[in-house]
Amino acid sequence: MTKKNVTRRGVLKSGAVAGTGLALPTIFTASSAAAFTNEPTGSSVTLGFNVPQTGPYADEGNDELLAQQLAVEHLNGEGDGGCLNTFSSKALQGNGILGKKVGFVTGDTQTKSDAARASAKSMIEKDGAIMINGGSSSGVAVAVQGLCQEAGVIFMAGLTHANDTTGKDKKANGFRHFFNAYMSGAALAPVLAAEMGKERRAYHLTADYNWGWTQEESIVASTEALGWETVNTVKTPLASTDFSSYIAPVLNSGADVLVLNHYGGNMVNSLTNAIQFGLLDKVANGKDFKIVVPLYSELMAAGAGENIKGVLGSMNWNWQLQDEGTKAFVKSFGEKYGKPPSNSAQTCYAQVLLYADACERAGTFNPCGVAEALEDFEFDGLGNGPTWYRGADHQCFKDVLVVRGNENPTNAYDTLEIVEITPRSQVEYDPEHPMFAGGELGKCNPGA
Amino acid sequence: MLGLNKKDTSLLIVVALLTLLAPFILNPFPEGSAMAQFNAGYPDLMQRFVIFGIFAIGFNILFGLTGYLSFGHAAFLGVGSYSAVWMFKLLSYNVIPAIALSVVVAGLFSLLIGFISLRRSGIYFSILTLAFAQMSFALAYSVLSNPKFNLTNGETGLQVYADDPQILQGANAPDLPHLFGLPMRATYTMDVGAWSFDFNAGYYLCAIIMMAVFYLSIRIFRSPFGMMLRAVKSNQQRMNYTGLNSKPYTLAAFVISGMYAGLAGGLMAAMDPLAGAERMQWTASGEVVLMTILGGTGTLIGPVLGAGFIKYFENIFSKINDNVLHSWFAFLPDGLEDAVVFVIHPFIGKGWHLTLGILFMLVVIYLPGGLVEGGQRLLKRFKRKKKDTDDAPSGKTEPAE
Repeated sequence: MTKKNVTRRGVLKSGAVAGTGLALPTIFTASSAAAFTNEPTGSSVTLGFNVPQTGPYADEGNDELLAQQLAVEHLNGEGDGGCLNTFSSKALQGNGILGKKVGFVTGDTQTKSDAARASAKSMIEKDGAIMINGGSSSGVAVAVQGLCQEAGVIFMAGLTHANDTTGKDKKANGFRHFFNAYMSGAALAPVLAAEMGKERRAYHLTADYNWGWTQEESIVASTEALGWETVNTVKTPLASTDFSSYIAPVLNSGADVLVLNHYGGNMVNSLTNAIQFGLLDKVANGKDFKIVVPLYSELMAAGAGENIKGVLGSMNWNWQLQDEGTKAFVKSFGEKYGKPPSNSAQTCYAQVLLYADACERAGTFNPCGVAEALEDFEFDGLGNGPTWYRGADHQCFKDVLVVRGNENPTNAYDTLEIVEITPRSQVEYDPEHPMFAGGELGKCNPGA
Repeated sequence: MLGLNKKDTSLLIVVALLTLLAPFILNPFPEGSAMAQFNAGYPDLMQRFVIFGIFAIGFNILFGLTGYLSFGHAAFLGVGSYSAVWMFKLLSYNVIPAIALSVVVAGLFSLLIGFISLRRSGIYFSILTLAFAQMSFALAYSVLSNPKFNLTNGETGLQVYADDPQILQGANAPDLPHLFGLPMRATYTMDVGAWSFDFNAGYYLCAIIMMAVFYLSIRIFRSPFGMMLRAVKSNQQRMNYTGLNSKPYTLAAFVISGMYAGLAGGLMAAMDPLAGAERMQWTASGEVVLMTILGGTGTLIGPVLGAGFIKYFENIFSKINDNVLHSWFAFLPDGLEDAVVFVIHPFIGKGWHLTLGILFMLVVIYLPGGLVEGGQRLLKRFKRKKKDTDDAPSGKTEPAE
């Protein structure tokens, strides 16, 4: 069945084919003329919006997409201008970016690092996107941030809360406006102390992946600094949907606070289980039992419904804030889509405007120029009050909100009430803080 | 040529031409035109076509020949990726050691899993492989990524950091995966009128490797070993009764297809130096089954076609959004335009799974032999029109059985 008649002619023929194949790649050594990746040459510029449209965070992703489209409208001078009117930097004219009309392409991250990178790559390689924005998970943010660094485009992170994004995985081409786990801990601790006292025993349930661990580490550190004791920390598999077996031991552990380091569907399920077990009606160590959810979002709150009443947590931003930037954004978002924006939508909206503004101020789309304009940029008027984009790790510093599930919501969007606005100074940290150490920004990469 | 009969040689030549000219074939529409949305000739997607082609070719050696349906092949792909990235971290960004190690590690891993799983056949074998793959996924996702022993970097994915040893990395070597100095990312763009074609170094590396392993798979299909595997598929019991021990053959097929998967994983990491745990998940294992069935199980070229088909949908259809639709149908009156967009909306963007599912159903119901059967029917129809008497099967895309 196998033929093994090797002829001289056959060898020559195959040799020639193989030789051509091997020589082919040398044509790639020619360098290209552009100064940086995807330099916009026409009358328009393309932004890439890479958000989860399917999978566990699809709701967040679709909300982000709405906000991004709104931002593009405002940049092109359509609609009511939104935060362009309240933003402290006046470089943006409403005529696109640097006179070029803003267009965009969208992609689905599926909340998977691989899929997110594939989608971002296709935006960069096929559609010529000059900036990638969006995402609702830290794993995806870190993966896409690495890709943008290699490809030489700017990454404006969406919702990503793990310390690593601007910690050990920070990159010169990546920027984060959202807050992080450390800030959640720092903002929550004083409120917890005031509400629950300094002698509490905490039990942690933590989603068993990168974000869960950094969150747990941050909350444990800040609550222990208060004088709390950590009874136990239990990791739960990310794919769990039923947490009863994890909740039952909490009752007998001697703990009087349950901290749920869960997000999205995980959090909705674990909180619901905890309420079903009647934890909130229990009295342990002579104190009322309490539940804390360090990272909240409006969409999770809506998912958990009644169960979140009275449960404390932290947020990056909330539509009920009363500053001018927030009011302008909520007004134009609400008029267009008929609902208030979530905090993931707000962070994406702000990131798009910040990127556009940095291009205007730098006078170029070159990622190195844009990065320089963003580094140590102080601004106001995009919500959250005065904000500082720190140059050392590309993390934004602004006020952090401590919120509580509303006891008497008046409408479907009024599920959370703001307990305290923790000032920026209280959540700042050193770029070399042990929870963030180990990474290197590296040099900005313009590609090409 | 190369020890193949005439039919297989022409098949190999067709595949070689298709892969080498892919930048032209996949970019049929001028840049900037409305149809440019359907162009697939950009480096990342072309790389994916051939890499998943390799994966599916390897899977077909096991499933197509022996009939053993493995639901855990993504585990080998993932293991290959992780080994390749570790090579980048420890040695250098040169892709050769990375790809070599990924094949070796995947081979060893599949030997272990195959040895255990092949004690059973049929559905039990499928479930065993599925269980192993999910175990590997769980290990990669959380167990092996704890701060004390971080082998996989969990959800974030393993990537190369500036402070990694990279002991063989030269001072002037590019700081990204390269082949002896030629970066995998290097792309030469040729502009011809309104068209633009991308020639990417990484793609051509993958393409050449795919042709090599495609050739290898033809040889396996046509060898006595391949015949033995087919015997396993048609009646394993009878084979055993004749005194033949079939397990070494099935194990060899399992390991070979595991090494193909490892190669695909290694190439994936070489094109994009990040290994995510999701590529080991059961959905990824299921995807390669779909690719093989969609293209045509047991045929030589079917799996490659299936891989291309699925990846095309995943990357092109998922990116069509309502704005694009509105721009296409802008010529219609407003009310009608909205109606058309409303009807199409569920099938594009995030709905690409739905479209793919419907197409998969149609293929399975009307073309049980996959896309290859579709191609054959078309060819037959054309032939019949030309010569009514000629009923002989037409050459190129003949199934192997």
